[in-house]
Amino acid sequence: MGAADQNTITRQKPRLMLAEPMLTMRGIVRNFGDVQALRGVDVTVYPGEVLGIVGESGSGKSTLLRMMNLEDTPEAGSYHLSLPDHQDSNLFSLDRFQRRMLRARHIGIVYQNPHIGLLMGHTSSGNVAERLLVAGNRNFAELRERARLSLAASEFPVERMDATPRELSGGMQQRVQLAKAIALEPAVLLLDEPTTGLDVSVQALVLDTLKRLQRDRAITMVLVSHDLGVIRTMADRVVVMRRGEVVEQGLADQIFQDPQHPYTQQLVHAKL
Amino acid sequence: MTKNMPAAETVLSVQGLSKQFEMHHLKRTLYAFDNLDFDLRKGEFILLKGENGAGKSTLLRTLYRSYLPRAGHVWYHTAEGMIDLACAADVDIAVLRQREIGFVTQFLNARPRVAADEIVAEPLRLAGTPHADALVEARRWLSAFGVKKQLWAAYPSTFSGGEQQKVNLARALILPQRLLLLDEPTASLDRDARKALVDRLAELKEAGVAMIGVFHHPEDVEHLIDRELHLKAIKIEDEADHVVE
Repeated sequence: MGAADQNTITRQKPRLMLAEPMLTMRGIVRNFGDVQALRGVDVTVYPGEVLGIVGESGSGKSTLLRMMNLEDTPEAGSYHLSLPDHQDSNLFSLDRFQRRMLRARHIGIVYQNPHIGLLMGHTSSGNVAERLLVAGNRNFAELRERARLSLAASEFPVERMDATPRELSGGMQQRVQLAKAIALEPAVLLLDEPTTGLDVSVQALVLDTLKRLQRDRAITMVLVSHDLGVIRTMADRVVVMRRGEVVEQGLADQIFQDPQHPYTQQLVHAKL
Repeated sequence: MTKNMPAAETVLSVQGLSKQFEMHHLKRTLYAFDNLDFDLRKGEFILLKGENGAGKSTLLRTLYRSYLPRAGHVWYHTAEGMIDLACAADVDIAVLRQREIGFVTQFLNARPRVAADEIVAEPLRLAGTPHADALVEARRWLSAFGVKKQLWAAYPSTFSGGEQQKVNLARALILPQRLLLLDEPTASLDRDARKALVDRLAELKEAGVAMIGVFHHPEDVEHLIDRELHLKAIKIEDEADHVVE
């Protein structure tokens, strides 16, 4: 093709704007001493989709997720969620209390380590109710009922709702985290290696629950995992990170079938 | 975006489309097809022909954007206007796939622990059909493709290849699309299922769905074919095989 060079594809230019973003991060920079954890990362998440973030250890994916959960503030960059009360504000400019309220009402998170996400000495229902309490719900009977419903939606055996997380298996602890995260129907659900460390059969069950929740409630999810199988099962779109930068992003089938960047090719072929 | 806009009845207008695979770790470029031009109109059925490795499946996957083209345009006419599928934003492609562009293949990406009828009903549910109604319709299509009733509530990951393919076809064809890309949908199907598939394709064609595909048994769809598009493997120096599948 003679004119190929002039005609070479420039991706992502023409848009019909068929969907508006739910979450937008621009130019996120975060340094830890001499280590550049994030070097100007841009991420957009659309309503109802599962965005997978993959990359090797130290690529910055979990740091980015902590930014999305407003646990950390970058040296530079902006963060917007499509929420009625916060349409135009950069969420990094919120103070500690405002962040806590925003997190409680609009952002859910499931950590790889349930010790971070749960109070291990409290009951499972109490852990979920705590999320509802932060958002201002004070009626005990209602709190308990809503906690029960949320645990049931996470496919947790509700007859065990008064057991403490330390009495539960790893898979069940993740379900309690999930119930807590979705109790207030968040705008976005963040999942940080939610099945890492679980045995394969339990992992499949937890992923299945997530998939069902996403299908039935159209919850917007951001899933960080180093496990390409998990990302392939769950994600609609995939962001590939390396050394604090996004090296490639695309539809999940394109990333797995026709990866463009040498690092993505290496990653995908290593899996196969 | 309005340059070279095709005629109103055209659903797809492919211009100068090229695909090659850059295999960085092998330091090789694998060529699939180069500078393709063709139009596909509403209700039209194009049969792709060519020897193995000519790029038929690669073309379908490039149109669906599972593969990224190297150059060229794939103009697609939507209710909102023209969009170049070759370079459109991923999110727009995802929305179009959900609404109006279908890809039918012989392979089912069966998700664990999701029942066959739920898998088939999913496109309807995403389109807003109530769960119960979507399940009724899904079971009707499973039945039409010859999937036995006792399998409707079972998990397809445990099914035979042929049964999985039937579930996949029912899911792919349950919702009328504007554009259907068909990648050997009849391969390994039994005769009754092939007939059910061809009958459904005839219905869809009648309803104005534009279709382009590769068929293992082209004689099955002979009466539907409007045009044939012949692909040839590109001859490039030092490259014997050009397509990676």
